[in-house]
Amino acid sequence: MEADSKPKKSGARLCCVCNQNRAALKRPKTLEQICRECFYAVFEEEIHQVILENQLFKPGDRIAIGASGGKDSTVLAYVLSELNRRHNYGLDLFLLSVDEGITGYRDDSLETVKRNELQYGLPLKIVSYKDLYGWTMDEIVKMIGLKNNCTFCGVFRRQALDRGAALLKVDKVATGHNADDIAETVLLNILRGDIARLSRCTSIITGEDGPIPRCKPFKYTYEKEIVMYAYFKKLDYFSTECIYSPNAYRGFAREFIKDLERIRPRAILDIIKSGEDFRISTTTKMPEQGTCERCGYISSQKWCKACVLLEGLNRGLPKLGIGRTQGLNSDGKKDRKRDSRTPSIESKQCGSLEF
Amino acid sequence: MHLTLEFGGGLELLCKSVKFHNVNVDLPKGADKLSMRDLLAWVRTNLIKERPEMFMKGESVRPGVLVLVNDCDWELSGQLDTTLEEKDVVVFISTLHGG
Repeated sequence: MEADSKPKKSGARLCCVCNQNRAALKRPKTLEQICRECFYAVFEEEIHQVILENQLFKPGDRIAIGASGGKDSTVLAYVLSELNRRHNYGLDLFLLSVDEGITGYRDDSLETVKRNELQYGLPLKIVSYKDLYGWTMDEIVKMIGLKNNCTFCGVFRRQALDRGAALLKVDKVATGHNADDIAETVLLNILRGDIARLSRCTSIITGEDGPIPRCKPFKYTYEKEIVMYAYFKKLDYFSTECIYSPNAYRGFAREFIKDLERIRPRAILDIIKSGEDFRISTTTKMPEQGTCERCGYISSQKWCKACVLLEGLNRGLPKLGIGRTQGLNSDGKKDRKRDSRTPSIESKQCGSLEF
Repeated sequence: MHLTLEFGGGLELLCKSVKFHNVNVDLPKGADKLSMRDLLAWVRTNLIKERPEMFMKGESVRPGVLVLVNDCDWELSGQLDTTLEEKDVVVFISTLHGG
């Protein structure tokens, strides 16, 4: 064996793009063997193309990047900053963080976002569940136990992001959801028969009819590549699983996607494509969108999910808004749109192991 | 064989929150090479102090854990069949957490 540069044991594979440098990774998207420099270039260029082709931004837009301190949002902040500069998008970028009040998890990751604020020079705004709703996730879990936490958190977080975005007066919110996430969501919605969400979950821009539209620039970006990019570039991110997540239903979809990726990496993008091309039968009953009577947020029911859940918390009824038979009784407002064929679509819960 | 191992993406929690480990791994009996397959088994026995199912599945790493040998994706060098040499640096990064 030669005693010179490593690792020639692999036969010193060369990058298939530049043919000069040693290949550092194999792209799951294309199975190409590529060196670091070429990887950075193609990673950034592909995201730039996604932004252009889907017209995600326009010059002068104020954009809030949903930043948790995790791998996706950190890389998103870094790349968007860079592309904004390089290609003159003309955007005003901000970091927007949500503090759910999960001790040992969120307080640590917020430290990371504060560092990101300095490292990338992007102003940061933090909104907290405590301020918005009067409850931290820790307090909520104490009340409702370890099931259905993700339902509360997910619903509250979506609204929290909108509130934060409104405070920042931004035009759009960009989140770091990656291809793996979206493929998981497609599967999750199929597994639960959530047709309404299935029809929306692959859209790269969502909520255009709501307060603030959102977009997912990483829709076609593989999680593996995001992590490799962050690793090679030595980007600072926080990486611990939420302490309440082991009970989340999404875990099953994630495990399946990861197993699939091993056998056929292309499956992730193909699932997204399938999700994009689904067409809902015209005879399927879909919920109509209106506004919440209590807070004005968009809702397919008389009260939005967040209001129902909050009502449950404040009245000491942790099951309110969870499960198929929901309701606030007579003063309340959750009519169940049921017909004998289709189970109530709006009663879907996230993160629950109940079927 | 002396190797440097690094655990990231939350995996360090399985090794008592220690990210870097300088280890000395014995070659398997009768073998003249150390493969990643051998190293993984060694790591599971000697370094992983809790929840081994977070690190490994079967004889390989759990899907979602990236492996780099000397800063190169192990998919380029044959994954489990990758042979290791003295002073190699192996990095394990989990991607299985919030983004």
